[in-house]
Amino acid sequence: MSDITAPVTPARARSPWRSRLSRWDQKGSPYAFVSPFFILFGIFGAFPLLYTFWVSLHSWPLLGEHTFTGLDNYQKLLQDPQFWNAAKNTLGLFLVSTVPQYVLALWLAVTLNRKIMARTLFRVGVVIPNITSVAAVTLIFSMIFAKGFGLANWIIGWFGLEAVDWTAHTWSSWLAISMMVDWRWTGYNALIFLAAMQAISSELYEAAAIDGATRTRQFWSITLPMLRPTLLFTTITSIIGGVQLFTEPLLFAPGAGAIQGGTLRQFQTLTMYLIENGFTRFEFGYAGAVAWMIFLLVLIISLINILLVRRISGAD
Amino acid sequence: MSPSMRGTRRMIAVAAVAGVALSMAACGSDDEGGSGSNEKITLKVSTFGTFGYDALYKKYEASHPNIKIVESNEGDLGKYTTALTQRIAAGSGAGDVVAIEEGAIVNFLKAPDKFVNLQDEGFNEIKGNWLDWKNAQATTADGKTTIGFGTDVGGLAMCYRTDLFKAAGLPTDREEVSKLWPTWDDYIATGKKFQAGTKGDAKFVDSATNTYNSILMQEAGEAPGYTYFDRDNNLVFDSNPAVRSSWDTTAKVLDAGLSANLKSFTAEWSAAIKNGGFATLACPAWMTANIKGDGGDAGAGKWDIATVPGGSGSWGGSFLGVPTQGKHQKAAVELAKFLSSPEGQLSAFDEAGNLPSSPKDFDNPALKDFKNEYFSDAPVADIFVEGAKNLKPVYLGAKNQAVRDAIENDLRSVEQGQRTSEEGWQNAIKSAKAAAGV
Repeated sequence: MSDITAPVTPARARSPWRSRLSRWDQKGSPYAFVSPFFILFGIFGAFPLLYTFWVSLHSWPLLGEHTFTGLDNYQKLLQDPQFWNAAKNTLGLFLVSTVPQYVLALWLAVTLNRKIMARTLFRVGVVIPNITSVAAVTLIFSMIFAKGFGLANWIIGWFGLEAVDWTAHTWSSWLAISMMVDWRWTGYNALIFLAAMQAISSELYEAAAIDGATRTRQFWSITLPMLRPTLLFTTITSIIGGVQLFTEPLLFAPGAGAIQGGTLRQFQTLTMYLIENGFTRFEFGYAGAVAWMIFLLVLIISLINILLVRRISGAD
Repeated sequence: MSPSMRGTRRMIAVAAVAGVALSMAACGSDDEGGSGSNEKITLKVSTFGTFGYDALYKKYEASHPNIKIVESNEGDLGKYTTALTQRIAAGSGAGDVVAIEEGAIVNFLKAPDKFVNLQDEGFNEIKGNWLDWKNAQATTADGKTTIGFGTDVGGLAMCYRTDLFKAAGLPTDREEVSKLWPTWDDYIATGKKFQAGTKGDAKFVDSATNTYNSILMQEAGEAPGYTYFDRDNNLVFDSNPAVRSSWDTTAKVLDAGLSANLKSFTAEWSAAIKNGGFATLACPAWMTANIKGDGGDAGAGKWDIATVPGGSGSWGGSFLGVPTQGKHQKAAVELAKFLSSPEGQLSAFDEAGNLPSSPKDFDNPALKDFKNEYFSDAPVADIFVEGAKNLKPVYLGAKNQAVRDAIENDLRSVEQGQRTSEEGWQNAIKSAKAAAGV
């Protein structure tokens, strides 16, 4: 009996096993393939995010007792003038640095798109600031904007103007920090604009030229509208960078209390305020609340962005 | 060690000390008692800056063959303190013996259970090895727990440029200069004379904050014995008369136009030391190394050291503590005792120039007769000891560093002319509250 059934059974058993395996393979393996990202994101993204939220619901000094306080930290934060000051500075510095940066980057891209001498050299040249270490850039700029022996004050002196204490005032510190940001990112954005410009069909320009459109007119009526998706992309990356602005203002006025961003806190950004609460005041609960507020801020800005994307794609 | 160790450039000789591998898992058991046990154990000593313990380690290993010492040195004080705080909070990763700077120890006193109470380890029998105020800094407000043995103290004196003084028509001899300023008001009067007599752009003092902190520690020492926090850790920033009067005296320095408005340890400050941008600088013992480093050969012999107005003071200095997370606490306590003993401190002075905190060393000729060539052969140790010896203990609250950072910033805003002294003070009250979390 067993002699007869023995060879049959495994064959029968293998068939459903194999088909089940193949079904699993079809259904399951895509998940297995994408799982490394989600596992890593879970460990390094989602868990810290949620744990930070948990911490933010406590009074959580680094040393000493942790006590659950509910939403107290958030309530306090909403009434915290230092927090809103940091939020204002972050958005202000973003605008002050990004607007001139885009104008300059577009101009650079248009120039590099023309037939100029040593074009490749210049194209490579504009991204060099971007690959320089941000700390090094900031240190050099801090020297340029030094009060006593800085290059900026020396140049100002040619025009008979008084030397400026660059770190002391809001306007001067914002100007200096924006220049550091723009120094790094203008070339990068210019290169992205350039790539997008080269994708624009030359027929459009030829047709416009035949119709008698000037170069300026071509720029406004062809180049800029065709660049819209690219502009949106660079805007999003700039916002992400802008909200995280940290190293430039931190190293601009180094030394004791640098994390406060100037004597009037005139260039303390949100990330600096986060670090100040965590690592100067050692209040991790409050710092966690700041972190979540930054998260919410980015969320809101991103939503506005999505709306803009929809409108633009609708317009096309 | 000192706040000056923050700058990366200042990590002199760190490489020499830090040339040690990671501490290996020790193979000893928990019941070792110094040299009594024959099992080999490894003790990890965590430090920053330069403690000057190399010779002491060798000596200790020779007399304790079962013990191997590795030092892990982090160089930068700010980073070191943050990392140490995290490791202490996490319950693992700190050394068997850890260095704690005086600005940080107040924070650790908030969690005294994380450190071995040295009063249980014979501290009371040997507490005469240290200055009273030094011991007070490492002891909880109730006096029952002590978490650190003192290593060095900063002391405080006034470093000054003899060439600038001479050009401004002031005396240059250190005895005579000391007589110019028994009080801070005299110091300001001298500053006005200097400013009237000087020909270049030089200012009398580097910045407001060093002056302010020196005055505050003196005033608070007289009464009430604390600064921003009372002994129950209530914020008393705006009600402590010592704070207000220190602020006002500093405002007088600023009103007289004596400050060069340079934040300490920045590049511009260093450049001003080299170029003669200011004539005086409140000066703990370790600051002499900074001046020498920044001033270079051109500055040799141009500096001298006088006593500080008000007669006493100290800035900087450290402790050795033993975290309770360590595996070999008894052995670690023994090692810490050895390193911080009067003999140990003298050896560290020899090696790194750190001023001892032990009054037993103060009369030792090795210290007393030491002359600093760079500073016109000033008997440095003797001058600094004078400053440190008479200091009265001042209680600093757990959040002292955060409050100090915040209100120094407000003081700088006055110095920069962004606010009047009164506006700065009003804002400092708000900043102090925010930093203290009230």
